[in-house]
Amino acid sequence: MNASPAAGLLPATRNALALLLLAMADDEFVIGFSDSEWTGIAPILEEDVAMSSLAQDEIGHARALYELLAEVVADGRDADAIAYDRPPTGYYHARLLDHPRGDWAQTIARRYLYDTADAVRLEALAGSSFAPLAALVGKIRREERYHLMHVSTWLDRLALAGGESRRRLLDALERLGPDASTVLAPLPSETALLMAGIVAASAAEQEAGWRAAIGPTFERLGLPMPPPVSAPETARSSHSSAFERLHDEFTSVRRIDPAATW
Amino acid sequence: MEPLSPALVRAAVGALPDPELPVVTIAELGILGAVDVSPGRVRVELHPTFVACPATELIQATVRERLTEVAPGRAAEIALVFDPPWTSDRITESGRARLAEAGIAPPGRADSAPLVSLDVPVPCPFCGSRRTRLENLFGPTLCRAIYHCPDCRQPFEALKTV
Repeated sequence: MNASPAAGLLPATRNALALLLLAMADDEFVIGFSDSEWTGIAPILEEDVAMSSLAQDEIGHARALYELLAEVVADGRDADAIAYDRPPTGYYHARLLDHPRGDWAQTIARRYLYDTADAVRLEALAGSSFAPLAALVGKIRREERYHLMHVSTWLDRLALAGGESRRRLLDALERLGPDASTVLAPLPSETALLMAGIVAASAAEQEAGWRAAIGPTFERLGLPMPPPVSAPETARSSHSSAFERLHDEFTSVRRIDPAATW
Repeated sequence: MEPLSPALVRAAVGALPDPELPVVTIAELGILGAVDVSPGRVRVELHPTFVACPATELIQATVRERLTEVAPGRAAEIALVFDPPWTSDRITESGRARLAEAGIAPPGRADSAPLVSLDVPVPCPFCGSRRTRLENLFGPTLCRAIYHCPDCRQPFEALKTV
């Protein structure tokens, strides 16, 4: 076993890095698990395959991030222990992902908002001074391009179809919009991350970049831009009852047999 | 302990078939990276095709098994490496030919197309037609997409350009 890749970091930097990895891993884990609920019941067969693949990708990204986090904190917990052995209040995902998957329009709207925000976050990490994260992000970005292509196609379809499709999409954006930019809300450790060169852009810069990136699409489709986030200080805490139900589901096997291997 | 040549280890491990695409070896797919032999020890780097690829664990297990055969008595270390990342450009020419023979369209050049494009046609592996249509960006495994060829009326799979 090699020494922790974070061995050379100052304690404050290491803690800041751990919080960033936790936020990213929990985001990917929760959206991956939530979207996996479509397996078997998606509107069409192609989307059953697509949503299952997307969910598998996200949970794989979460696993790689949890593994990196386990090496950084080096407190004896492995990736599974971090992923499963916390109460719902211990999760650190963005409030956008606290919403249930809802109907197909809500799933698409959320994936679009999340994937576009995540793309900006990943871009700010591509040249990270923490080399293992930069390498992983380089790999993840290549895969996320396909997620963006998929969800952009669906956003167009639902927005341009009119009728019930567009109405459901607008309803979903109204519910999700206020929480959309919670993905990019500043972490309490932001200053340390910026000073250590782990992240290249502040949360405010990332949010501005994200709004500039999605603006033309929202304008072309005549969709309302997400408003500024309310209560950014609780962007990653105080989770919903929908998340508590999801947590109960995704921890159920682990609770039956914590030592199970696959 | 007998001296052991890295080339021999590379040949033995590299010849293992990919579990999800058994028509190609892990060397042809570009999964096998650096091989390092030192006294008492052998180290093999693997570049997973996709971060979430469920075959990765199986590949690790078969590589470990193969190492106990070709390098008995040596400590085997298998490292998963993302730097450099696996890209579809790592697939060798023979790997691409074998995929096409099996009816799976080989990927385009990732580095010449930094953004995935729907405008670049994927030739049908059966009849060569370039009028093919994307049916689904996602397929039976994370690394494959599904297309349809209107000329020979065949659905086919294509390795994603990543």
